[in-house]
Amino acid sequence: MTDEIKSKDAASGSGGMETTGHVWDGIEELNTPLPRWWLWTLYACIIWAVGYMIVMPAVPFPTSDGWDYTKGLAGYSQRDVVRGEVAKSEASRAIFENRIASADLAEIRNDEDLLAVSLAGGAAAFGDNCAPCHGSGAQGFTGFPNLNDDDWIWGGSLDDIYQTIAHGIRWEEDDDTRYSEMPKFGVDEILEPADISDVVQFVLSLSASEHNAEQAVRGAVVFEDQCSACHGESGQGDRTMGAPNLNDALWLYGGDEAAITQTVTQARYGVMPAWQGRLGDATVKELALYVHALGGGE
Amino acid sequence: MTTNTQNPGSGGAKPPLQIAAMGLAVLAALYGLALANATTSSVMAFHGLVFTLASVLALWGLARFKARPQGTVLSGPGVVYNMDVVKYGTIASVFWGVIGFSVGLLAALQLAFPALNFDVSFLSFGRIRPLHTSAVIFAFGGNVLIATSFYVVQRTGRARLAGDIAPWFVFWGYQLFIVLAATGYVLGVTQSKEYAEPEWYVDLWLTIVWVTYLLIFLGTLWRRAEPHIYVANWFYLAFIITIAMLHLINNAAVPLSWSSPHSVIMWSGVQDAMIQWWYGHNAVGFFLTAGFLGIMYYFVPKQADRPIYSYRLSIVHFWSIIFLYIWAGPHHLHYTALPDWAQTVGMAFSIMLWMPSWGGMINGLMTLSGAWDKLRTDPVIRMLVVSIAFYGMSTFEGPVMSIKAVNSLSHYTDWTIGHVHSGALGWVGFVSFGAIYCLVPWLWERKRLYSLQLVSWHFWIATAGIVFYITSMWVAGIMQGLMWRAYDSLGFLEYSFVETVEAMNPYYIIRAFGGGLFVAGSLIMAYNVWRTIRGDIREGEPLPESVTVSAAAATA
Repeated sequence: MTDEIKSKDAASGSGGMETTGHVWDGIEELNTPLPRWWLWTLYACIIWAVGYMIVMPAVPFPTSDGWDYTKGLAGYSQRDVVRGEVAKSEASRAIFENRIASADLAEIRNDEDLLAVSLAGGAAAFGDNCAPCHGSGAQGFTGFPNLNDDDWIWGGSLDDIYQTIAHGIRWEEDDDTRYSEMPKFGVDEILEPADISDVVQFVLSLSASEHNAEQAVRGAVVFEDQCSACHGESGQGDRTMGAPNLNDALWLYGGDEAAITQTVTQARYGVMPAWQGRLGDATVKELALYVHALGGGE
Repeated sequence: MTTNTQNPGSGGAKPPLQIAAMGLAVLAALYGLALANATTSSVMAFHGLVFTLASVLALWGLARFKARPQGTVLSGPGVVYNMDVVKYGTIASVFWGVIGFSVGLLAALQLAFPALNFDVSFLSFGRIRPLHTSAVIFAFGGNVLIATSFYVVQRTGRARLAGDIAPWFVFWGYQLFIVLAATGYVLGVTQSKEYAEPEWYVDLWLTIVWVTYLLIFLGTLWRRAEPHIYVANWFYLAFIITIAMLHLINNAAVPLSWSSPHSVIMWSGVQDAMIQWWYGHNAVGFFLTAGFLGIMYYFVPKQADRPIYSYRLSIVHFWSIIFLYIWAGPHHLHYTALPDWAQTVGMAFSIMLWMPSWGGMINGLMTLSGAWDKLRTDPVIRMLVVSIAFYGMSTFEGPVMSIKAVNSLSHYTDWTIGHVHSGALGWVGFVSFGAIYCLVPWLWERKRLYSLQLVSWHFWIATAGIVFYITSMWVAGIMQGLMWRAYDSLGFLEYSFVETVEAMNPYYIIRAFGGGLFVAGSLIMAYNVWRTIRGDIREGEPLPESVTVSAAAATA
């Protein structure tokens, strides 16, 4: 089969095209010319590509000051395009954004137009910045408060919410951040395990949850000594200290015996970033108005 | 032109060479132990021990090694082929294929149902995803390429594979590379370069294996008995050489110490990004395109029993692919910090690449001229032909997506994932399955496959799977891109990122379903291959003439 004899391929479909005469392991090759349409399309693509490289920035070359490149006939620059688009977008929003930035929260709330823009802007900012922790419906998760309900740890007025968003919670880089620190009653051995067990039963009783009445009586004494300074005599909480209400059966870290025992034993220090520097004052205002309008605002 | 023919009787490694190899294995075993002892990294210690174990196994294999002439059917005139290593490569292809596809299915399901991360670090998506991509590209695809190239270069050159120990070193060394890379990912060792995740020491090992592979291939070409080099071998050679170059440059790194698994890449910033995508794009171009075109150029004419459509086209499209592909990488970095001029070059070369890519499709499809009836009767041909159709589709879609205006919508979306998989499942997967279905009966000297009906089942189930996969990703990707760029009337973003993720969920489920079908097809193939190797024939199946003819031709 290695004989270099040109053989006519007799089978139908190959149009009697000659083979090249090569044979490898029984495989032959026809000597078909390049398909015309294929060749012309290839040429067309090449011509187009050359034209495109003349019109657009394309060819680097060295100069005495380092490298430069041909700028192209169209004078295209990706950075200029982006700068232009960002400027255009900012200009279109500027009328409202400037007014939001200079007005106080109550004024915005009383201005129908500004409020509408704020709620739309707040929703957009919430989705990309807050939803990862608080949920896309602001429904919260364990450790991340639900923002739809009436239960506010640090206050639910517009100003309170603004303050929390702007400066965060336990965000050490911000001097005005919200800060509180519940003692680690178990870890630091402030209370005996038996006392912790008692006070947990008392806390359960505050929200009328199932509890051991005998332990709860003992726990009431512990509560008054150790907890009431922040959480209040009847467990109603204190927003100025970020001490949650323990009567409402709404729990940030869970309301069963095990979860409360863990909270008392090692305490919880949830952290929220300060957003002022990152998002700017106008957006923080929009977010405050948006969160306030979710249902629990005061 | 030299035509060194092998003396079929002398197929034994020279004892001194064998002893030298055993000495190296002992040194390698000691090195692994020293590494495990010196390192402070538990993963490095584990890899040191794996290396020692592999070296001990190599020592055991070398002690028993006897290069022996193969069965008579696998010899040509005046030459005895080395087909044992091809058999191992074929089995490894099926093995890693099933694993790689299954891990991909897990990754797809994790996107649809995140609970399937199981809160276990080893199974987290970030580790499973590179495990999937490397398993399918390098473990499955790499073994298919090594096995078929070793087969094709011998048969089309009428020469025995160069070296006796060396091909086995390449095969087992490559499997060791796979194991080191895969366990590294799962245990959290990665250099975080896409498709080049293995750390420096695994890269070095692969370099040794790959250079040996190149030398074997060149050596076999050198001793060929045919006056010309067959086109399939041009593609294989381009693949081996270019991958070596890409691998060395993209992975240039300085290790923190000889016993640390970590390293610092020599490139930084946008130059690192450009080199990474020069690598990444050409891994597609030379590994997944050129290499598999080599497969196409042998197995399609062989199985169809027809001559290649156009010799001239094969020359022109080969050289134009080689020249143009290498410039197209910047299209992966449109609208980034990459300078404008580089983006222009990437797009211009991607457009020019359209016809050179299609040259392979034309040559593959038109080779069936006069044999189109086999499409009805031979499911293996059907698989090969559909692979070429997917090749044509994805090499058209690629240039379209490289156009900056299109890319501004498609980039970062799952459209890209759909595009990759129309190439990976449709082209690379199907052409590999076709080659495996051809090779198994030839290598094990069976009259035919155990069952052609099962090939047909594999074909239809996998094709349906691909269609579910790529259509869901088209819809999802375009939707995702449109959602990202949607603004409301006040100039705020219409959708948050979380909402776009939520919208993807139904498509993720459809994609996973398609992927599940593809996995099911690969299991059917594994069963069929296993029964064929055992020598079973499923009786009572109608047999197309082409199958009996080509089987006879292959073993003639």
